[in-house]
Amino acid sequence: MSAPLSAGFIPLVDAAPLVIAREIGFAEEEGLALDLRPAASWATLRDMVSHGQVEAAHMLAPMPVASALGLGGAGVRLDVLQVLSVNGNAIGVSTALAEVMRAAGHSFDFADAAAAGRALLAARPEGLRIGVPFPFSGHAELLYHWLGALGFAVPQALSVHTVPPPLMADALAAGEVDAFCVGAPWGTLAVESGAGELLLPGTAIRRFAPEKVLAVRHDWADAEPELTGRLMRAIWRANRWLGQPQNRTTASEILARSAYLDTPAELIERALSGRLIVSQKGDMRTVPRYLEFFEGAATFPWRSTGALIADRIAARTGLDRPAAQAEGRRVFRSDLYRHHLARTTADMPGASERLEGALAEDTPVASPSGRLTLAADSFFDGFIFDPQRKT
Amino acid sequence: MPEKLSIIVVEADRERALLIVDSLREAGDFDVAVISEVTGLSRRISEMNPDVVLIDISSPSRDMLEELALASGPMDRPVALFVDHDDAGLTRSAIEAGVSAYVVDGLRPDRIKPIMDAAIARFHMFSQMRAELKATRQALEERKIIDRAKGLLMKAKGLDEDEAYALLRKAAMDQGVKLADVAQSLVTAAGLLS
Repeated sequence: MSAPLSAGFIPLVDAAPLVIAREIGFAEEEGLALDLRPAASWATLRDMVSHGQVEAAHMLAPMPVASALGLGGAGVRLDVLQVLSVNGNAIGVSTALAEVMRAAGHSFDFADAAAAGRALLAARPEGLRIGVPFPFSGHAELLYHWLGALGFAVPQALSVHTVPPPLMADALAAGEVDAFCVGAPWGTLAVESGAGELLLPGTAIRRFAPEKVLAVRHDWADAEPELTGRLMRAIWRANRWLGQPQNRTTASEILARSAYLDTPAELIERALSGRLIVSQKGDMRTVPRYLEFFEGAATFPWRSTGALIADRIAARTGLDRPAAQAEGRRVFRSDLYRHHLARTTADMPGASERLEGALAEDTPVASPSGRLTLAADSFFDGFIFDPQRKT
Repeated sequence: MPEKLSIIVVEADRERALLIVDSLREAGDFDVAVISEVTGLSRRISEMNPDVVLIDISSPSRDMLEELALASGPMDRPVALFVDHDDAGLTRSAIEAGVSAYVVDGLRPDRIKPIMDAAIARFHMFSQMRAELKATRQALEERKIIDRAKGLLMKAKGLDEDEAYALLRKAAMDQGVKLADVAQSLVTAAGLLS
């Protein structure tokens, strides 16, 4: 008899680990009857978890951290059990702004974040308005880091607006925002509708940025260790399956179904393989690791990731930074990851914290099997976050 | 006598918006306004500066309101999302009914209660109607797929309609899946082979 467990998700390509855990049978193997419930907004998803309508949810990595800092949400403590996906975002600008940038000599090479950022700031030195899917999101973090590193006074000089991804192309066309940062396939759809052009993949700003996480209520994870473990193992196996390129076509077909994304499989496949259409002329760029589910210890919930996110949010909102870091660190449950995945072949890094952004190359590290490689995760400007340093 | 509460209802569907407004008016003497366009939503709400914003949970625009909730400096004015942190029961029934309320300023629960009660009742009705509509649509959709699968079998194996249906049903029973799912796989496979 399978135990029922419900999980909420937003119909996006990076909800794949939940969908695959159910459809390929990893949940069933663990004796879970996984019930997946779509939600229309991140706020709704967070509230569904907080108030017990679902046990677990697909969530933007900064959301549980923001909640822990008292920013948004019902004040219910949420835990991050594991990372569901890394990267997957792209930055685009309106057609009008793209023309100004091109006229000023920007090459739209889709690789050089410093050059692209400078060109953008030159084209619109003040009052730049950028759309992101949610105030606390990897998208917003990438933008603040990128433009901040180029000397732009963030957040004051920048106006970041929340625009639901399906409305991004409209907001761009209506002139409500000048630029956006959004996940696939919404960036490409804005390009295809003629509203804009893609400027950079998120990976040009940070090569390995944790994007979505599996979140549950803290007290639920405590009260239901058995179910928590089953859920984590099922999702981890789904992530491993998704990490294998030969499964992309199958994954796209499954995700395309009406119960999930209700989107053409071809678009999903492009996102999974990192092929992005960047302009209306149909230029396609292939982005390595555009969306990563498994390689490079992608699923490991580093405590330092929580600390970094909390530190950035605190710096922007005027909260006490060391206290915020401690909160953020608590949200990412590497302890549960080690405990519940011990019975799998999951390779564990020796430490639960690391210097965020320190790896310029993929780097082998000490682990029980000796075969673990951490992915290069550097920022374009060489920023490194040391979770031990007192700020 | 406390001041009249101002309420904004974010709802694109005019009929529904009117129904909600009506039930709110029945529930008490409130100032009710409707926003039906999502463009510039948070800006327009800040301009109108209401006490409460009601929005359908299944609207993606809800995320735009999070921005508003944080706009005034999160620390000096803890904005209650949904109803009130203290009233988990009311919040839960609001979520279940499909409505969420943003209380823009710290309002006493007793002033929010009649608004939420009215909204919850109204939204319950909507979500029921929506569920029924969805079920009807799905049934229609499934019938179409099954008809196509039957057609494929009839053509490929020279069966009559009843035999084709019996074959589909048997396959579904043997595999322990829904008839519509078997039909769907058949139609998909045929599409790939054609």
